[in-house]
Amino acid sequence: MSKNVLERLQARFADQVEETHSNQGDDTAYVKRDKLVELLTFLRDDAELAFNLPVDLTVVDWYQKREPRFEVVYHLYSTTKKHRVRLKVRVDEDDARVPSSFPVWPGFDWFEREAWDLYGVRFEGHPNHTRIMMWEGFEGHPLRKDYPINKRQPLTTLLGEQK
Amino acid sequence: MSEILIETEGGDLDSAPMNLQMGPSHPAMHGTIKMRVKLDGEIVQKTEVEVGYLHRGFEKSCESVTWSQVMPYTDRLNYVSPLCNNVGYCMAVEKLIGVRATERCEYIRIIMAESSRICDHLTCVGASAMELGGFTAFLYAIEAREELWRLTETVTGARLTHSYCRIGGLKDDLPVDFLPNYRVVEKKVRSLVADMHALLDRNRIFLDRMKDVGSMTAERALQWGFTGPVLRSTGSDYDVRKASPYMLYDRFDFEVPVGTKGDNYDRYLVRMEEIEQSFRIIDQCLKQMKPGPVNLEDGRLLLPPKDEVYGSIEGTIAHFKIIMDGIQVPPGEVYSYTEAGNGELGFYLVSTGEGRPYKCRVRPPCWSLMQGLHELLEGYQIADIVPTFGSVNMIGGECDR
Repeated sequence: MSKNVLERLQARFADQVEETHSNQGDDTAYVKRDKLVELLTFLRDDAELAFNLPVDLTVVDWYQKREPRFEVVYHLYSTTKKHRVRLKVRVDEDDARVPSSFPVWPGFDWFEREAWDLYGVRFEGHPNHTRIMMWEGFEGHPLRKDYPINKRQPLTTLLGEQK
Repeated sequence: MSEILIETEGGDLDSAPMNLQMGPSHPAMHGTIKMRVKLDGEIVQKTEVEVGYLHRGFEKSCESVTWSQVMPYTDRLNYVSPLCNNVGYCMAVEKLIGVRATERCEYIRIIMAESSRICDHLTCVGASAMELGGFTAFLYAIEAREELWRLTETVTGARLTHSYCRIGGLKDDLPVDFLPNYRVVEKKVRSLVADMHALLDRNRIFLDRMKDVGSMTAERALQWGFTGPVLRSTGSDYDVRKASPYMLYDRFDFEVPVGTKGDNYDRYLVRMEEIEQSFRIIDQCLKQMKPGPVNLEDGRLLLPPKDEVYGSIEGTIAHFKIIMDGIQVPPGEVYSYTEAGNGELGFYLVSTGEGRPYKCRVRPPCWSLMQGLHELLEGYQIADIVPTFGSVNMIGGECDR
């Protein structure tokens, strides 16, 4: 059943799917970002696939370990077909942007804002592309591997300190 | 003739929409969350939910500690049902390593996770009732929760942040007197829950505030990524325990309660029925359980017994290696999902083959619930924010990482 998902995706978007694997039983497909919205819409609307629950969206930072640096990871689930899939989109540090999946599933709204806030990947076309955890004016993206864990950025100017 | 002293624009009363800030520190806002509400009279026109006031950097902290040291952090995600988080995290790491806990361990994990779920629902229902003036129901719920926490304390040693699970096992087996103690607690909790039913189910004030307020369709709820009791109250029967049974959930006979309208009252009923179903699952666990080992006999995962640590050089070294270097998890990535109190709790782990997680991402159910919360509030009265927000059961700890 689950093999079906990857096969069907590959048959429809042969030029978009870079590679697939099912390690630890999790079906995974690496896809290109060019037609991402079209691909996600297909996953949602296709009667055989019917992915109707946006589960999770996050980013993995492979700083100095892999090129390109970022992987945007989508997890989807279908409550009718009871299958799952993981999609990964590789993006470069200099060009860290993917099209927003908000038009397909509003349920990725905050996940995308969080990914932008903490990893600095832009989601083009997101209706409210602002930080969600950190305040406006916060410098950097704290979950990037090159952001030191003990770095402090107080919101207020401390007494005797020059801003 | 009197003259007009104050002239409003258009000769009418001023009726511009009013902006109101609710939270982040507000008696009706559980945890720290802020809502910017645009009001037309008493009707909520638009709501913007803001989180981030309790952001503690869960993921960043996890990346700098060993796999086992993440356990106390998971307690603090959903602090009302910490054992569900413990179990979820342990299952994720075990899936990544490619081992499965022993049968007895899984039974105990299910018992503890289900009792945690009962606590979660009791807190939610009790707090919602209190906010509507039903203080008695709240006290009953908290008394029942207290009984369960006291029982949990005899098992785990802590009331609230248990850190009971270990990768590949548990801190300890159940105490010898667990069964008689549980029977006493179960009887008490069941009678308190029955009292709550009697107090609330047909209470005129409660019904007026809960029925047909904050409703949503199943389709819309799925689009927002809702899971758990809030999704099930809309009529969709997605429950991870049934849809993809993990651990031993396929051995139990239990039902998934669903609502029809997805309003506050349905959410209340779903949660109350889930308490009953959790009791059923625990009962079946206790019947099916057999004596046996709780921990895997795997020196790579679990600490050696203390007499070995202090009595032999091999034991000392093994202990030292696990504490200092951490468990060695093979490189890879895994998404593991369990049903927590509020819905699907997922852990997405990435390992590079070191003793520390490269990435430890938690998919908290509340995060999705909060991003779609405004749809439950808009179009209703401002006073309806309180019961609706209460019935969604937002937990700041897991929402704000």
